[in-house]
Amino acid sequence: MKQGHAGQAIPHDSAIRHVSGTARYVDDIPLPLNTLHAMVGTSTCAAGHITQLDLSAVKSSAGVKAVLTLDDVTGHKDIGPVFPGDPLLSTGEILFYGQPIFVVAADTYQNARRAARKAKIEYTPQTPLLDVKQALHQQRFVRPTHIFGQGNAQAAIQAAPIQLHGEQYIGGQEHFYLEGQVSLALPTEEGVMVYSSTQHPSELQKLVAEVLHLPIHAVTVEMRRMGGGFGGKETQAAQWACLAALLALKTQQAVKLRLPRADDMSLTGKRHPFWNQYTLGCDEEGKILGAMIQVVGECGYSPDLSDAIVDRAMFHSDNAYYLPNAHIVGQRCFTNTVSHTAFRGFGGPQGMMIIEQAMDDIARRVGKDPLDIRKLNLYQEQQTTPYGQTIEYFVLPSIIEQLEYSSDYWQRREGIKLFNQTASHVKKGLALTPVKFGISFTAQHLNQAGALIHIYTDGSIHLNHGGTEMGQGLNIKVAQVVATEFGVDIERVLISATRTDKVPNTSPTAASSGTDLNGKAAQQAAQILKARIAECIATEYQVPVESVEFVNNQVRYLGGALSFAEVANLAYLHRVSLSSTGYYKTPLIHYDRKAGKGRPFFYYAMGAAVSEVQIDTLTGEYKVLRVDILHDVGTSLNPAVDQGQIEGGFIQGMGWLTTEELMWNQEGRLLSTSPATYKIPAISDTPPVFNVALLKDHPNGVATIYHSKAVGEPPFMLAISVWSALRDAISSLSHYKMSPRLDTPATPERVLRAVLESRAHNP
Amino acid sequence: MIQFLLNDQLITLEQIDTNTTVLDYLRLHRQQTGTKEGCASGDCGACTVVLGELNEAQTGLQYRAINSCITLLGALQGKQLITVECLAGERLHPVQQTMVDCHGSQCGFCTPGFVMSLFAMWKQQPKPSHEHIDLALGGNLCRCTGYQPIIKAAQALGEYATDDTFSANAQTTRQALKALQPASHLALSYQQQQYFLPHTRAELAELCLHYPDARLVAGSTDLALEITQNLKELPCLIGVNQVQDMQQLDVLAEKIIIGAARPYSDCMEVIHTYYPAFAAMMQRLGSTQIRNQGTFGGNIGTASPIGDTLPVLLALNAEVELQKGEHIRLVNLNDYFTGYRKTVLEKGEFIAAVHIPRLQAQQVLMVDKVSKRFDDDISAVCAAWVLTLNNNVIECARSGYGGMAATPARALNAEQALIGKPLDHTTIQAAQQALAHDFKPMSDVRASSWYRMMVAQNLLERMSLSVHQPA
Ligand SMILES: Cc1cc2nc3c(=O)[nH]c(=O)nc-3n(C[C@H](O)[C@H](O)[C@H](O)COP(=O)(O)OP(=O)(O)OC[C@H]3O[C@@H](n4cnc5c(N)ncnc54)[C@H](O)[C@@H]3O)c2cc1C
Ligand code: FES
Ligand code: FES
Repeated sequence: MKQGHAGQAIPHDSAIRHVSGTARYVDDIPLPLNTLHAMVGTSTCAAGHITQLDLSAVKSSAGVKAVLTLDDVTGHKDIGPVFPGDPLLSTGEILFYGQPIFVVAADTYQNARRAARKAKIEYTPQTPLLDVKQALHQQRFVRPTHIFGQGNAQAAIQAAPIQLHGEQYIGGQEHFYLEGQVSLALPTEEGVMVYSSTQHPSELQKLVAEVLHLPIHAVTVEMRRMGGGFGGKETQAAQWACLAALLALKTQQAVKLRLPRADDMSLTGKRHPFWNQYTLGCDEEGKILGAMIQVVGECGYSPDLSDAIVDRAMFHSDNAYYLPNAHIVGQRCFTNTVSHTAFRGFGGPQGMMIIEQAMDDIARRVGKDPLDIRKLNLYQEQQTTPYGQTIEYFVLPSIIEQLEYSSDYWQRREGIKLFNQTASHVKKGLALTPVKFGISFTAQHLNQAGALIHIYTDGSIHLNHGGTEMGQGLNIKVAQVVATEFGVDIERVLISATRTDKVPNTSPTAASSGTDLNGKAAQQAAQILKARIAECIATEYQVPVESVEFVNNQVRYLGGALSFAEVANLAYLHRVSLSSTGYYKTPLIHYDRKAGKGRPFFYYAMGAAVSEVQIDTLTGEYKVLRVDILHDVGTSLNPAVDQGQIEGGFIQGMGWLTTEELMWNQEGRLLSTSPATYKIPAISDTPPVFNVALLKDHPNGVATIYHSKAVGEPPFMLAISVWSALRDAISSLSHYKMSPRLDTPATPERVLRAVLESRAHNP
Repeated sequence: MIQFLLNDQLITLEQIDTNTTVLDYLRLHRQQTGTKEGCASGDCGACTVVLGELNEAQTGLQYRAINSCITLLGALQGKQLITVECLAGERLHPVQQTMVDCHGSQCGFCTPGFVMSLFAMWKQQPKPSHEHIDLALGGNLCRCTGYQPIIKAAQALGEYATDDTFSANAQTTRQALKALQPASHLALSYQQQQYFLPHTRAELAELCLHYPDARLVAGSTDLALEITQNLKELPCLIGVNQVQDMQQLDVLAEKIIIGAARPYSDCMEVIHTYYPAFAAMMQRLGSTQIRNQGTFGGNIGTASPIGDTLPVLLALNAEVELQKGEHIRLVNLNDYFTGYRKTVLEKGEFIAAVHIPRLQAQQVLMVDKVSKRFDDDISAVCAAWVLTLNNNVIECARSGYGGMAATPARALNAEQALIGKPLDHTTIQAAQQALAHDFKPMSDVRASSWYRMMVAQNLLERMSLSVHQPA
């Protein structure tokens, strides 16, 4: 029996280390003697200029070895990942509350932290811009507006029998990876070696080199595993690595920079808050005839990845529904806060929220069940999206149908209506929402990957690829691909740390693309090696090359078989190279930004969820009672890993929409800077009934690795069903005549406000 | 000097930074990095370790999960500190194996903490119910899994071995624990720092007089944050957890006396018996880790407007027993708070115990807490009422509210609106209106002023719906 091949639900490769405490994270690496600890000193206003910077108390603080400001940087001073705008340390201008102004290295972590608080800094403060609407009004953008659409939305809406308008404010989200930002830099002969918890080692390497004014080859970045990333370590890890490296070169000592939790939460970007509006026209049945949608991302002080993030919000503002006439506008607003960044879904969830709100609103208006409205407006094969991509392999109708049945939607709907008529202060709500999520980086050049495989003479296989492991099971999936290709047990394949000197110029592990890209690259490397070995065997044993097969830890050929180890040794003796790189780039994708048309996505991942909630109309408290999910992962590479992504993504999405509330005060200071005040879901938030199933017998229609589908991000948006169910429960108070606006996160407080509004509508 | 076991190793500490947390001790001093830091504020559970100790009867061992990031070294005296690296023998421990089998880890950073919480739970409940699991793991955050596989792992525990190396070695461990020397009076010191561990109230009283500026350490679940978050150095510490005569739990005819240093976990059974509504709320006070450490003395000691036991104690008309030198006084909790985190406690005085009147036959206690998240969250509002009912007429009403003012406080107007009235909708409505004159709550990160008032009023209604008339 083959062990650990593609399709098997084997545990995460580090599972035993995880439970034993032996899985090593950056902060666990034994330190060289005299390692210094670094900490940043930060601004205490959100906008203005520094008039005086007195660091004498910092320098004389116990244990301090070095204090640096931007003036000490000889190379690039800006580390903006795509566009400039992210100074490594303040230039003298203050852009957000908590902006790093200087960095200090001391003998201990505690001494560095204490020293960093001792600077005397004076500012000429300005009034910070903190309101996204105001920013839009003032046209304060970090990147230009983008617009696309099809047909004539305005005319269609005007001609429609029913017109509707709605708006929503969607809160941001703190990543709250359990392992905070951390980098360790060691001076080397040629430059610097950096250990970092990063989703993007190659970019980190490049930025460190630029800041230090070194060629890229003088910097090596290693990343074994992250204690969670979720997008928060795509660009946001670089600053800490650059600062640690800078100090390491200056002091010629190893330097570690680890952000304490409160600093991590205050100083790093989050999921973008959005302010969205729709105007649409539909017929009496609730079918949309035309829609104008504006999604306004609150980007913070710099572009970071906001161009692509707001694009993705726009690309998903239709979610799964056909908008025959559509006009979609995306705005990227400046505010004096941290620069908001990638987070699972990358703007997609925020875009989807507006059309899902519209679905509920239409349903109340025409007096139908929201599910009927969703089904009525669902895409059909070969229709086009507002950005011109043709809908293919559209499996959602079937997913919804199966889920309606397996979750007993209609019977429960009746039960809930009855319950709500009789129960006193407790009301229930139910909602089914679909997800259609586009897979591929919207920045085309990122859709490439490399891998490296060595086979040693004992038949053991060393695997390296450009992706990074953050818990999503990427390494085990890629190893399963390699084990499958070579027909060997998974134990033979060693998954090693991601290193920039093994696979160069890699893309971030993001956009759910890790397995699609790196799995394919690793497959190619394996196939190259197999071809070399097959040829060697064919020559040695005078057999047709086609007869050579890699199965059951053996290499078989016409009339014989060798163990994989024997073959490896044989190939070595015959001077066959047993090392190969592999490479992959995603085909077919393109997007013409000027025209707003193209095929930005290789394919769509799909799924749907049914959530049932119960609210207390006296306090706004609620509980998610039951969730049923059916999700399409194509042909699963590892059903256990995929299920984990779905469950985990769903709960994370639920947290985003319910209890996770970011709060800034009027000065622009973040108040929710600890898990004591920022509440991610805890164990009893997991619904007591939580049925998760993978869609059966539905291989990906396009040629991905073994016809699997990306799974990292799409399930996150299944949680919109919880929010929609909350609205449904609230709507019951108006006898389903209206659904009050429910901005997110829908904390008990927001739910209570909406309850009162709904009730007021039903005197 | 203090002595404890680190797994099986005898450790004696004397000269060490007295502000060191157990987490830093493990990671920095002993290079045992299996235990993780996720927040250093007691909220995430990544740093969970287990303390093994002799049970109260000294006959067996008990195991408790705590947050090592907010525990100071003095708390280890006389205990066995068990860390994730040492759970497995030749094979993985059942709680580890089930986590592997059920895919309970993704990024793995939270996993050591979950494993330790599971271990402590499994030692008490080898076949846990869903409720046990939620309680045991409510203080462990996981950002990756959504908890489902961890819940399954815990539920599957019944299918694994029921013994482990700890049960096999119980005899030796008991002996080793008994053989540990008691802490010396000055337990730890370092440069100017001192950490005392008195054994009796008399010793404590003397120390407090001698060092009026010293900080008392009970569970340190509040105090340690001053070190890890505010980077303070606390030069003089006096631990109370070795003070035997502050650990009592006396059920008397008219009242119950709880020693100020007794951890919540050791009070739950009695509170559940005599004040079930209080116990139900206390299950939501912090997490299991916090309740294993935190104390009534500490909760009263913080005098925080959001201390959850305080409104209940106010409603129950509790008194605090204060001691300064040899002088002991009883102060009604209502008179104890004088302003935001200000109390009548004098320099050199300490809280020795809390005296809680028992409920009369005609009295009902109602307690409710509202927070953003159900598990392990600080209250937006906490409310408690004791009503004395006679034929459905409210003869007496006494309340306590948290989160509504600068101190935990009674709602005097609302109380008046209830007294002498039948317990019905009209009366509750009148009391709700009266309540608006009792408080002007503030807006903060947890809730707005509007919400706090609305909830405070509505809780009255919700609680009254749940009243079962005493027979
Ligand atoms: C994650 C987390 C969650 C929490 N959740 C809650 C919650 O839900 N509800 C809630 O009410 N609290 C909560 N707390 C706060 C805290 O745990 C409690 O207030 C607890 O009761 C404090 O007790 P302790 O024994 O740990 O006090 P310590 O931290 O040891 O002491 C607290 C203060 O009281 C003083 N003190 C201690 N003992 C005495 C004494 N005998 N005499 C005089 N002064 C004394 C100390 O010097 C210190 O100033 C939480 C804390 C954390 C970290
Ligand atoms: S590190 Fe988070 S609870 Fe201790
Ligand atoms: S597995 Fe990543 S936080 Fe739990």
